[in-house]
Amino acid sequence: MWYDTLIAPFAEFEFMRRALVGAVTLAFGAAPVGVFLMLRRMSLIGDAMAHAILPGAAVGFLLFGLSLAAMAGGGLVAGIIIAVGAGLIARATELKEDASLAAFFLISLALGVTIVSMKGSNIDLLHFLFGSVLAVDDPALLLIVGFVSVSLVALAVIWRPLVLECVDPGFLRSVSRAGGPVHVAFLALVVLNLVGGFQALGTLLAVGIMMLPAVTARFWARDITAMIAVAVGSAAFSGFAGLLISYHANMPSGPAIILVAGGLYLVSVVLGPAGGLLWRVLPGRHLEA
Amino acid sequence: MGEQLRFRDLTLGYDRHPAVHHLNGVVEAGALMAVVGPNGAGKSTLFKGVVGVIKPLAGRIERIGIRPQDIAYLPQAAEIDRSFPISVYDMVAMGLWHKKGLFGGIGRGDHDSIEAAIAAVGLTGFEQRPIGTLSGGQMQRMLFARLLLQDARVIVLDEPFNAIDARTAADLLALVRRWHAERRTVLAAMHDLELVKANFPQALLLAREPVAWGPTPEVLTAENWTKARRMCEAFDEQAQACAVEAA
Repeated sequence: MWYDTLIAPFAEFEFMRRALVGAVTLAFGAAPVGVFLMLRRMSLIGDAMAHAILPGAAVGFLLFGLSLAAMAGGGLVAGIIIAVGAGLIARATELKEDASLAAFFLISLALGVTIVSMKGSNIDLLHFLFGSVLAVDDPALLLIVGFVSVSLVALAVIWRPLVLECVDPGFLRSVSRAGGPVHVAFLALVVLNLVGGFQALGTLLAVGIMMLPAVTARFWARDITAMIAVAVGSAAFSGFAGLLISYHANMPSGPAIILVAGGLYLVSVVLGPAGGLLWRVLPGRHLEA
Repeated sequence: MGEQLRFRDLTLGYDRHPAVHHLNGVVEAGALMAVVGPNGAGKSTLFKGVVGVIKPLAGRIERIGIRPQDIAYLPQAAEIDRSFPISVYDMVAMGLWHKKGLFGGIGRGDHDSIEAAIAAVGLTGFEQRPIGTLSGGQMQRMLFARLLLQDARVIVLDEPFNAIDARTAADLLALVRRWHAERRTVLAAMHDLELVKANFPQALLLAREPVAWGPTPEVLTAENWTKARRMCEAFDEQAQACAVEAA
């Protein structure tokens, strides 16, 4: 019975296997980036960039139809523009960041929906917004795997200055000029992972697999490496469980994955050893020293 | 020993308002100098200029025989994100950046240096603690350990002993004296004049314009302090362009 519930859907159906590989791969790419976004208090920027990709992908769709290359390319271009813009705004006018980002992503979302509606149907629109992880075919899978591989290598390369830029940017400035380029490179990684996740999860939810595992990990780890490990694990598990639930309960898969991720988050808020609510309510006896 | 830093008619400031006005003088290599003055006197601004964070509005800072990497800087209010999940050990290890760069690994010898630096500031046992759990004094000790590892020839400390207890201050001053014995140049902005008189042979009394510069007993006189207090703290919004020509 366990086999039927947990393994059979993947053993029997190739599209399920591809979806699983895609979702787990995305977990490895998006979760570490999400941890850094959260630690740098850039969660909103991540969200804004996810929405910004939509008009870019929509333009690709408008010009070339459902071509993966066109949509991914358009998404990348739009994402980079927003990334640079958001980066500049953040450096120049700190106080207005919230407002201008809110404006940014509302405009992008509306623009993207409009462009898609010009040529596509409601189904296309739903796919853009919520993804169709079950429709991930070989080219799409290659795209995801390719992007995530690049992302992981790049993250390893910029790891040290990235951590230092988060925790003590003044010190980084005094020992190295890598701060500025690393910041931009990091934003590019966010865009890369969002475009990678766009086909599977859609523009509204792609950032979910980035942020939800990250905030979940906050409640389990006090060290960045452990945090990333927990985030990746919870993102991968969300992919696995979300696909199973959508299969058995006949629900859309993208939202199911994000719901599992959200459920893990809620459980962690209560039970997580690092600041979970339960441990505040039942503190237990304090230590000797 | 020779000159290491020369200020030529140096004016530093923000938005064309001078915070340091027409400073001339020389810092010798190996000097142990305190920079004192009222709030808003330009001490932090001067240090930011020395380290290269801001550019002069007029005049020059000449660094003789030292590169920017040879200067270690401890700012007054470090923009450190205490909620970031990093351990004391890793934070201190960042001091080895000048040797390791972006990718260099931390070997056995480096590990020993890091442990030695942590021990020198009295933080043995704190290696795995997240930095967010440190008190103010412990944080300052940790930053001093990082400075130790930077092995710099010039060390610039901006109000390093504010808001820390006397014992920590004494321990860290011992490190400063050790640096001085190692012939490193140390500049420190200080508010506690007793500490200055006891530990710093040279002083610069700054009140936007230099009031006195030289051996500490000659600088820290009541007369000089009266002059310094006459400095007006706020920038003058009606000020005209400064008419003093460079020498």
